[in-house]
Amino acid sequence: MDLVAAVGLQILYGIANLALISLGLAIIFGMMRVINLAHGEFLMLGGYTVVVAANAGVNIWIAMLVLAPLVVGTIGVVVERLLIRWLYGRMIDTLLATWGLSLLFIGLVTSIFGASTATTISPPLGVISIGEYTSSAYELLLIGITVALGIAVFLALRMTNLGLVARGTMQNAEMASALGVSTSRIYMITFGVGAAITGLAGGLLAPVTGVLPTIGAVYIAKAFITVISGGAAILAGTASASVLLGGVNGVAAFLTGPTIGEVALLVTAIVLLRLMPRGITGGIFRKSL
Amino acid sequence: MTLARDVRGSLAIAAIGVLFMLIAPSVLELFTIINLTTAIALAVLALSLALIWGYGGILCFGQNAFFGIGAYAYTIAAINFGGSSWAILVAIAVAVAFAIIIGYVMFYGRVSDVYLAVITLTVSLILYSLIRRTSGPDYKIGKSLLGGFNGITSPPLNLPWDSSFILFPEHVFYVAMGALVLAYLFTSWLTRTHFGRVCVSIRENELRAELLGYDVRLYKLAIFAVGAGIAGLAGVLFCNGVGRVTPDVFNLYNAALTIIWVIVGGRGTLIGPILGAFGLFYLTSALGTQSTFNNNLVLGIILVVFVLLVPKGVIPTLADLMTARRNRRALRARERRMRMRRARGGGGQNAGSGAGRAGNDAGAGARAAE
Repeated sequence: MDLVAAVGLQILYGIANLALISLGLAIIFGMMRVINLAHGEFLMLGGYTVVVAANAGVNIWIAMLVLAPLVVGTIGVVVERLLIRWLYGRMIDTLLATWGLSLLFIGLVTSIFGASTATTISPPLGVISIGEYTSSAYELLLIGITVALGIAVFLALRMTNLGLVARGTMQNAEMASALGVSTSRIYMITFGVGAAITGLAGGLLAPVTGVLPTIGAVYIAKAFITVISGGAAILAGTASASVLLGGVNGVAAFLTGPTIGEVALLVTAIVLLRLMPRGITGGIFRKSL
Repeated sequence: MTLARDVRGSLAIAAIGVLFMLIAPSVLELFTIINLTTAIALAVLALSLALIWGYGGILCFGQNAFFGIGAYAYTIAAINFGGSSWAILVAIAVAVAFAIIIGYVMFYGRVSDVYLAVITLTVSLILYSLIRRTSGPDYKIGKSLLGGFNGITSPPLNLPWDSSFILFPEHVFYVAMGALVLAYLFTSWLTRTHFGRVCVSIRENELRAELLGYDVRLYKLAIFAVGAGIAGLAGVLFCNGVGRVTPDVFNLYNAALTIIWVIVGGRGTLIGPILGAFGLFYLTSALGTQSTFNNNLVLGIILVVFVLLVPKGVIPTLADLMTARRNRRALRARERRMRMRRARGGGGQNAGSGAGRAGNDAGAGARAAE
């Protein structure tokens, strides 16, 4: 029984982890049809923000929950204004330009902080015990934050005026601008929010994974698989794909080991895309958010 | 007429390549030759992406996956067989087979362009993290340990079916350069066949090609598999140039590099990406010797600048400039003749017959210029 609970918690954490690293990407992709290949580097920048701030004496919770999203969100807005905005409607060029951006960030951070791990910070909170097994309380917290973040995004899109206008712009930009909405501003805000959530995720994961200039590559493959398998709907897509892929990965990893876990994740995603090329929410849950 | 000129151009480029192959070893030092072998392997990889992206319109962001699979398959097969001859064929076959599996899912699933790019990139990255974990004696294929992060030492090439005669680095250079020239001739022939032109038409307008009765999925899969085979060959050459194969062949940096060669050299040409690979190879080697500018930083800037300012790439942009200049010059020559004719025509009424004659001459001249 204790084993079931411990393994279940691990799998749940795997699912939450996938959802956390994918949510920002899903917002930018789902709303703007922009695939941001610099997503992994946004996560990395969030991590660096936390590490640098924590080492400078800032309270770690403030660094993670306030500074990381603020810094990366600002970077996101600057990137959107300088680069992305010239390339709307040219998906492939956006892809290439954000890839260039990704290399640029890696290079920049390497030049500033060096290629090796920056001084790491240890995860706050201790361990909790489930019978004879122990689990990190921080992982539990991450699961909670991921759920809260999902609910917050849902409420922001559904209940606020900005969310309504943003969804309208994504559905029909010309109509929205004819009704007096500044679509350019909406795009900027959406990209900024996506970047901020990504920065928050990167900051939250920094104590668990440590930070490296190239750590983005670790996240990016999983984040992309999750978003593509999920399809266009931001929340339903991310949630369903995270549950499916995270679950498969967790079960396979428990039965055989982490290497096979990743293979299982990839194979599941490929089979899924063969059956549903537009992702899960392209096939079912079409009307969802 | 243009087709014939095109063929002559390809043959001329191939001839320059052969000439270079024959002269280089007697002029350059051994170290340079070994370095050059690596650059040539990368150029073959660039050529494979030039074929499937530039001509097939398939945006493969993980072309280095096939390259790495080729390198690993060659190394593992050569260790197990104790010779390189069959290993080369095995490497190409494994790369093609892998491309057919991935390609079947993508093309028959009708995955769109952008998804395709992300899926191929993801496959490459997953291979990277997978192979990195294979250290330890548990992970082996036949006699060959996979070696995890450190990779495997690649057995050198030997004479066909005589594994006791191992090729020297100079010989490997001949093999690599020869392979590049042959691969170039093969791809430039392929793009001129009926098959190649159907692929270009699919790139231009997939729906129209389909309505004309072509099975778009099959054509895409075929050109994708051919490209993967060439990339596999490039992998074989690469691990022979470097002497070992590590999981780094699958990483994001190499995936990006392959794309950058093609962007910089130009999509829709074959020689552009080859030159792009050589150029950037020497640029990154030069950058490696100093520490002010990080490699990634410079590559990132190059990619962003090219996408925003030179989206066609160097070779097509140069070709456009030259065509525009030629047209302008022809236009200016014609205007000059027109002015001359008018000036003479205004000389007086009794010169009317002469002006008429001059006009005729100018007209003939303009026709000749055309």
